[in-house]
Amino acid sequence: MGELVDDVMALTGRHMRHIIRVPEKLIGVTIAPVVMVLIFGYLFGSAMTVPGNGNYREYIMAGIFTMVMFSAVGTSAAGVADDLKNGLVDRFRSLPMSRYAVLLGRTFSDLAMTALSCVVMAAVGLLIGWRAHHGLLKTLAGFGLLLLLGFTMCWFGALIGLVVRSPEAVNTIASLMTMPFAFLSNSFVPLDGLPRWMQVMAEWNPISAVVSGCRQLWGNPSTTVSDALPAQHPVITALLTCGVLLAVVAPLSSRAYNRAAAH
Amino acid sequence: MAIEAEGLRKRYGDTEVLKGVNLSVPEGTVLGVLGPNGAGKTTTVRILATLLPPDDGRATVAGHDVVEQPKEVRRRIGLAGQYAAVDERLTGRENLTLIGRLYRLGRAGARKRAGELLERFDLTHAAHRETKTYSGGMRRRLDLAASLLAEPAVLFLDEPTTGLDLTSRMTLWSMVREQVDAGVTVLLTTQYLEEADHLADRIAVIDKGQVIADGTPDELKRKVGGERLEVSLADASDAAEALRILERISVGSAGTSDNGCTLTVPVASGIGAIAEAASALRDRGVEVTDFAMRRPSMDDVFLSLTGQAGSAEAVEEQEVTA
Repeated sequence: MGELVDDVMALTGRHMRHIIRVPEKLIGVTIAPVVMVLIFGYLFGSAMTVPGNGNYREYIMAGIFTMVMFSAVGTSAAGVADDLKNGLVDRFRSLPMSRYAVLLGRTFSDLAMTALSCVVMAAVGLLIGWRAHHGLLKTLAGFGLLLLLGFTMCWFGALIGLVVRSPEAVNTIASLMTMPFAFLSNSFVPLDGLPRWMQVMAEWNPISAVVSGCRQLWGNPSTTVSDALPAQHPVITALLTCGVLLAVVAPLSSRAYNRAAAH
Repeated sequence: MAIEAEGLRKRYGDTEVLKGVNLSVPEGTVLGVLGPNGAGKTTTVRILATLLPPDDGRATVAGHDVVEQPKEVRRRIGLAGQYAAVDERLTGRENLTLIGRLYRLGRAGARKRAGELLERFDLTHAAHRETKTYSGGMRRRLDLAASLLAEPAVLFLDEPTTGLDLTSRMTLWSMVREQVDAGVTVLLTTQYLEEADHLADRIAVIDKGQVIADGTPDELKRKVGGERLEVSLADASDAAEALRILERISVGSAGTSDNGCTLTVPVASGIGAIAEAASALRDRGVEVTDFAMRRPSMDDVFLSLTGQAGSAEAVEEQEVTA
């Protein structure tokens, strides 16, 4: 266990150095989310009304947070595909290191980046009028849900990177695979208008669960009207769906990693 | 034996890449694995370096089974690949320190060892630069240095000099030699026949997934044929006359090249016959510009064993393994 921690720390250090060398990477995790907050908050917000006269800017923040968690898929996928291409994975696999270390180092580093995004976005959110109303503990619990989703998405990205392998194609494929998840949710629009079957899918979508969970924990306006289980207990549903996804995706990624060949 | 492989088999879909490869490499020696593209060289190395499980057969490296005890094997091996596996965004020193930590040398140990190797591989001046600024030769040196961090007992070099210029290749060769002199066992795959000739104590020629010949470079050359006398003529019109003389001492069929200006005949060893031929040529007034005994080159070995020349062009293509 101690060895695993050492390995993961060494590899996390590697990824942090990448960020110092390529500061452009920081733009993706800081500026882009800020732009999203502003666009959704002001541009769309001026044209939308939340049922029950809720504040739209408070309403959409949870949705934007989850969107940014989702973008971790592409980041992790591209990183893994890069390592495969240039032969580093071969080198790592020939070392007496823990077999989970490479993927853990990757997913933890990418998670740290998404956490940074959260901090920046929260600051901008506060500026434009978003508030969490239920105290520090519940506020942090909401961010905990977001990071769990982010961590799950990092592993999902690692799997995509290991399977797709081409650094050029991986980003497109990652967004194609995640797009339906992101939009078939309650992030930006209420679900009442959808056909029944889509509504059910959207309700069980981990994104929706995390969004609703955050709104509940933060005391932000919510549009939940359904009496379905996930809509009534979003926090538990979020933990459950992310947990199940992680339990499926992480072992699959490890397996793909152990079989990965450089060419 | 530092490396022992018996009946290694590997199949990708319908293609059987390895059809029962047997190898054994005594400690402190260099085995050169020679073969054309797609012969199975890289697949063999990947199996021995625990990156790929064989479908059948068994192998031990540094005393441990590659399938049963991969971690024990990994502690004792170094691997340098076809393309230099270094992180382009890290500096040379950071690369080595990272790999050193993953070899479990500890933070301080890794840093110290990285410094030593940078010094030994003549990279200290570039140690603080990102490796994407390195030349091909520098990357290979860094890659080799990375494979030596944990002082491995067995070193796998998969086409270590492919694509390098001659000077860089010779530098790398001498660095590999140093390791061998220090007692390291090396398995080296290459398409460069002179590289095998230069570095290897023994050579295994692989073709179509099987070892088709092995032995010392000299043994392989002897298998192909004995010594040959090569005579270059100033004037091609003397060729017929010269050929008549040379055929008296020849033990096989003679060959001509260079528009008939160069004659080659296989000869049995014996200075007498050669001296006789030399004086006969002089007596007949045949003007000779070059008169030399030639032993078969690795190219001849390769050609006669696989029916293919180990051409320089082939080097550009990547070996297809997966």
